[in-house]
Amino acid sequence: MGRLLEVTDLQVCFNTPEGVVHAVNGISYYLDEGETLAIVGESGCGKSVSVMSILGLIPTPPGEILSGQAHFHEQDLLQLSERELERIRGAEIAMIFQDPMTSLNPVLTIGLQITESLMLHLHMDAEQADQHAAELLELTGFSQAAKRLGDYPHQFSGGMRQRAMIAMALGCSPSLLIADEPTTALDVTIQAQIVELALKLRDQLGMAIIWITHDLGVVARMADRVLVMYAGFIMEEASVFDLYKDPRHPYSLMLLSSLPRVDQRRSGKLRPIPGSPPSMLTESKGCPFAPRCSYVIETCRVTNPPLQEVAPGRRVACWVDVGKGE
Amino acid sequence: MNPQTPDMLVQVKGLKKYFPLTQGILIQRAVGYVHAVDDISFDIYRGETLGLVGESGCGKTTAGRTILGLYPATDGEIMIAGLNVRTASGDQIRHLRQKARMIFQDPYSSLNPRWTVSSIVSEPLRVHRLLVNEEQRIARVRELLELVGLSGRYLNRFPHEFSGGQRQRIGIARALASNPEFIVCDEPISALDVSIQAQIVNLLEDLQQRFGLTYLFIAHDLAMVRYLCSRVAVMYLGGMVELAGGDDLYENPLHPYTQALLSAVPVPDPEQDRKRERTILSGEVPSPVDPPSGCRFHTRCPIAKEHCTQLVPEWREVRPRHWVACHEVAG
Repeated sequence: MGRLLEVTDLQVCFNTPEGVVHAVNGISYYLDEGETLAIVGESGCGKSVSVMSILGLIPTPPGEILSGQAHFHEQDLLQLSERELERIRGAEIAMIFQDPMTSLNPVLTIGLQITESLMLHLHMDAEQADQHAAELLELTGFSQAAKRLGDYPHQFSGGMRQRAMIAMALGCSPSLLIADEPTTALDVTIQAQIVELALKLRDQLGMAIIWITHDLGVVARMADRVLVMYAGFIMEEASVFDLYKDPRHPYSLMLLSSLPRVDQRRSGKLRPIPGSPPSMLTESKGCPFAPRCSYVIETCRVTNPPLQEVAPGRRVACWVDVGKGE
Repeated sequence: MNPQTPDMLVQVKGLKKYFPLTQGILIQRAVGYVHAVDDISFDIYRGETLGLVGESGCGKTTAGRTILGLYPATDGEIMIAGLNVRTASGDQIRHLRQKARMIFQDPYSSLNPRWTVSSIVSEPLRVHRLLVNEEQRIARVRELLELVGLSGRYLNRFPHEFSGGQRQRIGIARALASNPEFIVCDEPISALDVSIQAQIVNLLEDLQQRFGLTYLFIAHDLAMVRYLCSRVAVMYLGGMVELAGGDDLYENPLHPYTQALLSAVPVPDPEQDRKRERTILSGEVPSPVDPPSGCRFHTRCPIAKEHCTQLVPEWREVRPRHWVACHEVAG
């Protein structure tokens, strides 16, 4: 399969009154056509910024892209003008967000909001657009979809709004869907509906997905490949099966072993990661995870380890290899 | 104490809490009621952790608050340590407020931003006049902070100087100040980062062992509830659908809602998770203003029969210590 997106050396910071927040510190990642990539990490680790910045979706200022390239279909997204980006966003690259209430316009009907991009990007007339919008709502599980077009967002529940967002995102048959914590605000049964829907649509429409989340359970369910981020760095990159079976970065390992399991009886006490995530205001000299790491060695506090390939398709940023080593 | 009935600290019978929906500005009249909690009954044993789970809007938080008397109950009986919460006198209420406490979900809005840590944690001591001497009070606050894993040096700092996990520790220290027996933990970890959640859960457990505390742990993280709780109750749309010992509930869920809820939880192991059978519930939770007739779950239930739409299922013990409200469960 071909390469869809290739991001290299992306560095993003935010200039705030308190100082410079180093949100993303020179990361590189890629995405193949039809692939599902999960970016996982805790709040403030830079997982959203590492994707939203390449689409021009962070406010500048205070945000600033210090360096990087983002190749999508032979063009560098970071070199495009706002108008050129607009042509790509919502058409070839679609997005859904965490809070479907704030990303939908409360005073416009769902129908108008879905048809807007159809008329803009696909040059449909109103009637065609309405018909297509109804098909999209049907595809995302609405019954009596045509009647729903006249509804306003407040008439929908959280799960329905997120499905309407997905319908809107799919309007122009994107080759890439970016989902930023799309199920975080939803209940677990609704989350299961949305994840199932995204997977079904991915397989039907052959689009690639970048799923940004902090939920390691959802990642296990749907991802092909995973980036684990911490403090603006990629700590580990691996296929989903490799990551959970044999995590090779201490952060991935400690994070996974701190989770209780719904399908298993309790065995002993939870093993939490001590301390808390670092402030992004100060640039640490060594590895940002060193202060919390159980495997820390002297080098870790002095030099930040580079992200290195340790096996095909597997990259780890650590001076110590905690993998089981097969 | 009778060995058949372990020591019960909290007894709830037929608890109802309806919120009126009003219309009009000057003269407000009720035009309907939100049936937030509708006829639930359960006990909490001394020293245990009872998990209360369910999706948002199912009434679990309202249940927790009504049990503590923070909301006046519409109907039913609540006994905490032998005291009737609904009919307690002034002195009894003050006693109850010391012995039954609460930890809140949001560590940001539950601490007054203009108060120092010292004033926040010592508030119960001042309100209940437990330690009148200023010096003793400060010594006690320092002790409480150290109990929850914070340095006694933080006394004069303000909430904004702390991370979410540390703030939750401050909230826990405040709850402990009056030597409570019973604590309602209302989603105490859901606002925290994954790596911090386990720290707080371990802390709650340590404190429980140390002081013999009893918890009602309200949460929607079903994996954490399985880990922490000895028994688990499941709520749906204001009603309780199932209550059983933790492992019993997770291994043999009887109510179709519990089964669907548990199967929806993703497991952080791709090989296991992708093998799991899943019941995806269609539709959405109906409105608690006008809940469905008969069994409240019948509109989404995969095994609903005709009579489920008419008859309210009885809350019954189908196996020892395994309660369920469903017509279709044998026993």
